[in-house]
Amino acid sequence: MNDDLVIAGVTFKSRLITGTGKHRSKQDLLDSVERSGTEMITVAIRRLNLDDPTQETLLDHLDWDRYRILPNTAGSTTADEAVFTARLAREVTGSNWIKVEVIPDAQYLLPDPVGTFEASKRLIDEGFVVLPYIHADPVLARRLEDIGCATVMPLGSPIGSGRGVLTSEEIQIIIEQSSVPVVVDAGLGVPSDASHVMEMGADCVLVNTAIAQADDPGGMGEAFKLGVEAGRLAYLAGRIPMKEQASASSPTTGVAVAAGRSG
Amino acid sequence: MISVTINGKQYELDGPTRVVDYLEDRGLANRSLAVAINGDVLPRGEFAGVTIRDGDQVEIVRPVGGG
Repeated sequence: MNDDLVIAGVTFKSRLITGTGKHRSKQDLLDSVERSGTEMITVAIRRLNLDDPTQETLLDHLDWDRYRILPNTAGSTTADEAVFTARLAREVTGSNWIKVEVIPDAQYLLPDPVGTFEASKRLIDEGFVVLPYIHADPVLARRLEDIGCATVMPLGSPIGSGRGVLTSEEIQIIIEQSSVPVVVDAGLGVPSDASHVMEMGADCVLVNTAIAQADDPGGMGEAFKLGVEAGRLAYLAGRIPMKEQASASSPTTGVAVAAGRSG
Repeated sequence: MISVTINGKQYELDGPTRVVDYLEDRGLANRSLAVAINGDVLPRGEFAGVTIRDGDQVEIVRPVGGG
């Protein structure tokens, strides 16, 4: 069965995007990316350290041609900063795809809906393929779809918190109303969190910290791969309706009677 | 000599310097980088045609791990 994910006309077999931040070692990064089966990885854009300009980063060890690179605008606190970072990212990566993050608050890292909308609109006008990171706000998601965003990326819980999906009801509405892929991003802690949103009908998830900071990032990358696949299969297979009361799985007639054992 | 700000720090350069020459001098000719001067991001392939001048604010960035 063909069940590809299509974002802005590009086809993906994998419904798991992985982040490349917070890995403890090059080998952890390579193992987790490989075993996660991901086809798209995120990167951030930062100033070069001019005191040691040829210093390696972990990214130097990844084969960039194997993956679609999704740069982000992390670190931007305003729409202007996000637009500037996106323009830099396009020249660095050679790709016009951009994950828009406008985050003024460092404590909870919640995205600014107004700044995100403004930056997304300007970047779409400049020809970018925009994937905006947002709170799980169904109205904002529709507005972003209306202006031409390629996906919407509602959060499950605060970035890096590992608290799982605290926004299920809003994400459910976004899934119902969206005609662009819904990528649940941020806060996922374990593969069952990914399964949960995929079972609901999310199109994709983005995971970074839960994989990078696991004791065994390679193992957790593969676990998330399986969690995403299980959730997707379950969604396509169709879950049963929930009922108030029990409904026996075994026949209710023909039950043997233990004669003479009563009393 | 000219005085420029690169990635937030003050530097002295011998004189107006083409971006491509600055990067080459620092061993960065073949790196994945982007450069902005005074807020304008240089398109790829224009590093030879743009010169860093006195007082310019230069940003040089690269990709790093991120989510």
